[in-house]
Amino acid sequence: MKKNRKLAGVIFENICRFFTIISLIAVVLILGSLFLKGKGLITWEFLTTEPLDGMTKGGIFPAIFGTICVTVLMIIFALPLGVASAIYLVEYAGTGFLARTIRAAVNNLAGVPSIVFGLFGVGFFILFVGRNIDKVLQTGLLFGQPAMLWAAATLGVLVLPVVIVSTEEALRAVPLSHREAAYALGATKFQVVSRVVLPQSLSGILTGAILSVSRGAGETAPILFTGCAYFLPRLPVVTIPYLNIPMINPLDQFMELSYHLFIMATQSIDAQATRPIQYGTAFILITLTFILNLSAISLRIYFRRRHKR
Amino acid sequence: MDPLTKNSYKVETKNLSYSYEDHKVLHDVSLPIPDKKVTAVIGPSGCGKSTLIKAVNRIGEITSQIKVEGEVLFNGENIYRPGVDVVELRRRIGMVFQKPNPFPKSIYENVAFGLRIHGITGKEQLDSIVEQSLRQAALWDEVKDRLPESAFELSGGQQQRLCIARALALDPEVILMDEPCSALDPTGTAKIEETIQVLKSDYCILIVTHNMQQAARVSDYTAFLNLGRLIEHDLTTNIFTNPKNKLTEDYITGRFG
Repeated sequence: MKKNRKLAGVIFENICRFFTIISLIAVVLILGSLFLKGKGLITWEFLTTEPLDGMTKGGIFPAIFGTICVTVLMIIFALPLGVASAIYLVEYAGTGFLARTIRAAVNNLAGVPSIVFGLFGVGFFILFVGRNIDKVLQTGLLFGQPAMLWAAATLGVLVLPVVIVSTEEALRAVPLSHREAAYALGATKFQVVSRVVLPQSLSGILTGAILSVSRGAGETAPILFTGCAYFLPRLPVVTIPYLNIPMINPLDQFMELSYHLFIMATQSIDAQATRPIQYGTAFILITLTFILNLSAISLRIYFRRRHKR
Repeated sequence: MDPLTKNSYKVETKNLSYSYEDHKVLHDVSLPIPDKKVTAVIGPSGCGKSTLIKAVNRIGEITSQIKVEGEVLFNGENIYRPGVDVVELRRRIGMVFQKPNPFPKSIYENVAFGLRIHGITGKEQLDSIVEQSLRQAALWDEVKDRLPESAFELSGGQQQRLCIARALALDPEVILMDEPCSALDPTGTAKIEETIQVLKSDYCILIVTHNMQQAARVSDYTAFLNLGRLIEHDLTTNIFTNPKNKLTEDYITGRFG
């Protein structure tokens, strides 16, 4: 009897170990093949030049540039919105019906397929918001068409749950004793939030922001219809009149790494010839995401050490 | 004349009943707390000691739904009447918590925190109040050369005295202490008790303690609470030498609690 119980434990442990190894193999295979086939292609030229000859040759600079621009814009959208919502939910909303409903909505938002966000972006941002801006400002067809602005806004909505949930966690991690201490000194709620809670949760909020960037930077579906271009013979940059300063043009379309990968694999004039570029692009995309995740982790470790008591 | 029958008390609870959610913690407690004296509240765990002092600066209500019947008078005015400025009330009634809870800031900024949130920002004024508060809390000599260091570098006892200094910086009229020594070693405890002895000439002090020797050492008056009711309240010497109630006697002689 006793022997049987021991045996059950050993079998269970080994089954778990076996499945762990399988998922590990999947990761190793993906990363390994990308690294082996992609590393030889990564040259300075590949990173800094434009695609040539119907995108069968040349580099991926416009796609890297576009990815960074749209991601920065995305975080400008998502961070204030998400952080403010989280502060409201944690510090002000309490546990009533409304708060519970909002929380459930946020969690459901995280489960919506990304293509739905893409279509939402077209319907809401381009056709509704954009076209109406055009109507009001009499700008013809300027805002009411796919643009980096709308792609970033769509991505922003997509990563909103990530920002909200991670910010909520960061706020809740501030010990009650610190809030009590501040209240006992006659702090108002606003002072408790702004001078005690927010400074202490900054690292967690930052970590969440970086994680949301790494989530958003790899998405294809939300930007598919909202702003990214198959090929763009120019960077999405305008020169500000009179000042002569170049600026990212959020109303232009842009190229993006994951979309670039998608079209080279499926819509290229010669998919076979683009194979090396595909590996290179995927390698760069994964590297970017990896660097972002790594910086999130090290940021968290750094702040945890600093706050250790 | 028995000083307890005097009319002017700094703080006085009158028939105070206090409930968290639906759980009634205090029943009809009437306790006068005189100025420039130390009043200790003793009693077994869960008797409502902490709730009683958290009712005095209305800090109990920041985390829970509460219900209050009766009154808590501060300078003769009921602090639970509508329209009371709770922020101002808490500025005038300082509190020291069970576990030292300094902010993750420098020693200096911990003491200056309360001043800053009340709009005092002048460097010289801050410097002088910080120094004076740390002196009052008997911490100045130990930390005067390391004010910019993190408060977490201090020992537990020093952190608790820092928390006392932080409360003193606002020049409160009352100091509430919720088992301030329960997380400290004997040396830390002795220092806090010395500090209390010095402070009582200027402040009204209400201290909750689990430790009866401590109550006997530091307080002028002692109140004994059991199951949310005030069983006995008298001069500390009377409570410990000649308790009138059988329950009090059993508790202080260690028969329960």
